[in-house]
Amino acid sequence: MSQSFDEITAQLKRRHRKSARLKWMSMGALILAAAFLVVFIGDMLVKGLPAFQQAQVQVEVSYTEQSMQIPPAAVNDEVRNLVSRGYLRLIPGRMRDNPELMGTTRMEWVLADAEVDQYLKGHYTRLSDSQKRTVDRLEEAGRAELRFNTRFFTSGDSKMPELAGIASAAVGTVLTLIVTMLVSFPIGVMTAVYLEEFAPDNRLTQIIEININNLAAVPSILFGLLGLAIYINFFGVPRSTPLVGGLTLALMTLPVIIIATRTALRSVPDTIRQAAFGVGCSRWQVVRDHVLPLSLPGIMTGSIIGLAQAMGETAPLIIIGMVAFIPDVSTSFTNAATVMPAQIFTWAGEPERAFIEKTAGGILVLLAVLISLNASAVWMRKKFERRW
Amino acid sequence: MQTNQIFLLFCGVLLALGLAAFFMARAKATRTRASGTAMYAQPDQYAWFSVLTTAGPAVLVGVVGAFVMLLVGAEIPTPYLLSGSLVIAAVGLLFGMRQVRPDFHARQAIEKVIQVILATAAMVSILTTLGILISIVFEAIRFFQIQSFWDFITGTTWDPGASFLAAAGRADEAGSAAQFGSIPLFAGTFLITLIAMLVAIPVGLFAAIYMAEFAPDRIRTLAKPVLEVLAGIPTVVYGFFAAITVAPIVVDIAGWLGLEASYSNALAPGLVMGIMIIPFISSLSDDVITAVPDSMRQGSLALGMTKAETIKSVVLPASLPGIISASLLAVSRALGETMIVVMAAGMRPNLTANPLEDMTTVTVRIVAALTGDQEFESAETLSAFALGLVLFVVTLALNMVSVIMIRRFREKYRSNNL
Amino acid sequence: MNQQNADIETRPTHKHERTPGEPVNRNEDANHELSVRVRDLKLWYGNNQALKNINIDIYQKNVTALIGPSGCGKSTFLRCLNRMNDLIRSVRIQGLIEMDGRDVNDAKMDEVALRRRVGMVFQKPNPFPKSIYENIAYAPRMHDLVSRKAEQDELVERALRDAGLWNEVKDKLQEPGTSLSGGQQQRLCIARAIAVKPDVILMDEPTSALDPISTATIEDLMDKLKKQFTIVTVTHNMQQAARVADYTAFFHLGELIEYNDTRMMFSNPHTKKAEDYITGRYG
Repeated sequence: MSQSFDEITAQLKRRHRKSARLKWMSMGALILAAAFLVVFIGDMLVKGLPAFQQAQVQVEVSYTEQSMQIPPAAVNDEVRNLVSRGYLRLIPGRMRDNPELMGTTRMEWVLADAEVDQYLKGHYTRLSDSQKRTVDRLEEAGRAELRFNTRFFTSGDSKMPELAGIASAAVGTVLTLIVTMLVSFPIGVMTAVYLEEFAPDNRLTQIIEININNLAAVPSILFGLLGLAIYINFFGVPRSTPLVGGLTLALMTLPVIIIATRTALRSVPDTIRQAAFGVGCSRWQVVRDHVLPLSLPGIMTGSIIGLAQAMGETAPLIIIGMVAFIPDVSTSFTNAATVMPAQIFTWAGEPERAFIEKTAGGILVLLAVLISLNASAVWMRKKFERRW
Repeated sequence: MQTNQIFLLFCGVLLALGLAAFFMARAKATRTRASGTAMYAQPDQYAWFSVLTTAGPAVLVGVVGAFVMLLVGAEIPTPYLLSGSLVIAAVGLLFGMRQVRPDFHARQAIEKVIQVILATAAMVSILTTLGILISIVFEAIRFFQIQSFWDFITGTTWDPGASFLAAAGRADEAGSAAQFGSIPLFAGTFLITLIAMLVAIPVGLFAAIYMAEFAPDRIRTLAKPVLEVLAGIPTVVYGFFAAITVAPIVVDIAGWLGLEASYSNALAPGLVMGIMIIPFISSLSDDVITAVPDSMRQGSLALGMTKAETIKSVVLPASLPGIISASLLAVSRALGETMIVVMAAGMRPNLTANPLEDMTTVTVRIVAALTGDQEFESAETLSAFALGLVLFVVTLALNMVSVIMIRRFREKYRSNNL
Repeated sequence: MNQQNADIETRPTHKHERTPGEPVNRNEDANHELSVRVRDLKLWYGNNQALKNINIDIYQKNVTALIGPSGCGKSTFLRCLNRMNDLIRSVRIQGLIEMDGRDVNDAKMDEVALRRRVGMVFQKPNPFPKSIYENIAYAPRMHDLVSRKAEQDELVERALRDAGLWNEVKDKLQEPGTSLSGGQQQRLCIARAIAVKPDVILMDEPTSALDPISTATIEDLMDKLKKQFTIVTVTHNMQQAARVADYTAFFHLGELIEYNDTRMMFSNPHTKKAEDYITGRYG
């Protein structure tokens, strides 16, 4: 009545081939996704790693009356265009601070112009042929080389690529995120506690819940419009400041923290609550002494992920003016500031070739911070994960 | 600085009052207890209650006063307001002390206050949505008072060029009237979204199928974090990648095929946006596919189906609502994505279906309108809010549909586990 | 083992030399053509041995019931017969399961082909999220058992009739399979299994999730189906085994303690352990 194994197996050949095809296709998709990541990170490394090095040249600097008036005169014609103009401008100040320099002439390692830097790194450069020859000669004499670029981490933005650094943006990011977390963490946790532990199951609660889910999916740029119209135009919060940026990002981070906290609270089994009620705790005491401590790792994990998201957010901050040009590090919440992603955005729009490198360098720093934040969140989740 | 100092002084006095309330109330309660009277609550609870009666109304008065000043524009001198609220704090302190009585339920009173505070916090999210809505709607209405709604919806030319002159009362100087026909912007947005979806949905879905159905545990535990990293990359970084790396490659390949491509072509941001959305689709799809009960798979395999047939005709149809829901969320995300298009797509409104040409999107124009040096009142600035309104409505609708679909999916499988 | 040997001496023994898998007593009414022959079957989950030296002959067109306390390995054994255990990664199997002259666990055996000939019905009804019609037509179509629409309609009708469900669903074939009641869903799953015309149907506690009336319907159905199919069913319900099975196998802690004609098993069990279980001293 029924077919033999051999007959069936023969019929199945085609179907097994199809099955294998699906397996390879789906595996290919995953490999493709991984390949995107590899290409992307590789591209950023190739473009960005040179930013951590900066060309310096050894030149003769003469500290004279003339160089006090006209700083470029401190170095001779031949190398004048190879030295960073920004560096030369600092000479009079240094002479004022160190009067003993006056009248001396010294061989010093000084910051090279961005074009020299690009040339030494083998990129396209606008140097003339004779300038290139000069640089070659200096390099052979050991008077031009690439050194670790500390300035990239210690100085603020600049129109001169060799002077530009991420310090002001990094500080701005920290200030902004402090505001963000100060606002969104308590409100988020309180909202989640209310919804999970106290809220009656009525229409209002349902509306709040739907609303939070929607808020999580609202395009980030719309939060920028809110920040502009409500915070800046209505409440008069100063534009471009960590305060207004942090408040805007706080509203975006809020749903992330609420959803993470609710999940954490929900994972605490009801038996714990019942046990605590059983020994005469009030609802608030149950939450404060039993449920919250047990769900803390989950809440922290969610908050770190929310923090990382806020750290990478750019669009709403552009709208509220946080793409300002900030050459000096400011540590006030109410001074104009910029943040890392906004700095990256600004540099990406600069025409000089040297800024591409800076942009990618900034991206590498940002990615390193974000990946370590996310990794620590994953690690925390693993470490404190509890099966009830 | 003057107000800052006054404010600091206010905070200091309030803090001192609060501390005083705490220790005085606790001392009183402890004394009462020591005298042998049974009390309803612990001394600490009376202490916290007094702190609440002292600081709560005072802060409330301060905040309400600030709001009244902002909203009504009434001029209440700050020192008066703050000293008034300090007086209230002192009254509250006295009241709190009087409540330190054996028959007063201090704990219940505190917990009621806590519950009110928590509920207030929960209202913040509603206020946020309202805030977005109000900020967008009001400005959008002002825009539509200047420009016709019909032209906005049906016009094919977006040329806000001279609108700032009109705002400055010099409309006659403008060579041609500003035009706000949004169709080219939406066309650009939808084309880029379409390209992104063409990348993200197949790759994301197949990656999810592999992870959920085929991958050995080892690969699964490796691939999940990799996809999470992909999801955690900021959009500004993707934008840079699209503009600096992908766009020139697209131009080169197009040139090699004998086609001409713009450096701000729509293909590059579309592709990169697709890459950005892959982890989004794959993790949501992975979740729904793994949520399909194993009994479904076993039922099919026991009929002599191959694994692929089981996936295609049982698992995927069962998880379809979830997958569609994930895709709708992804579309909503792509529509609202800003940085990639700002950095890699064009600025020129261009009504075309050729992805190699430059074209602009809704979000690009919002950013462009709000980062220039226009007056806030100019039609171009206001147009950003009109565009924002459309964006909000569309993404909200997509999210709603997606939430409903995923809820159906969940209900279905809860009821099926008899 | 000692216990078992002692029992064998004290009770009436077999008339002829028994092969290891033969039942203690033969049911003379039953068919004795061999369907599945199992020899020295051992199975491990990781390091944990779940089946120990199982020997059993399963006869065609009979109902064979597997009984025993929970965790005794009866379901695990059932799932060996169509290699559903392959889906669990840590499983290791040794020994012979022979069907139609072939070793089921042989590397050359295609488990998909095996499952075409050995169908299965699960504990919880698991209709696909498709229409009633599609639930049944899906597999035969994939297996190329039908080529024309009319043939397919006919096959669906026959399967539903054989499963005793036709009269209840003939007017709503396009409704989702999940809209049926639990008992109807389980009969739909049986109809789905018989539509691909297997030799053997495995049933893993098919009535444990059902109400008594649906259970009775399914038991009647098993009795009818055994005219066409070999049925191996796991049950936790001894009365059910007594009602529907021709042969009953009693499992305990991964061992097959006794395999016997059902009437003998319940009236005069051959081993002490089986007797204790059947009389309710444990289980």
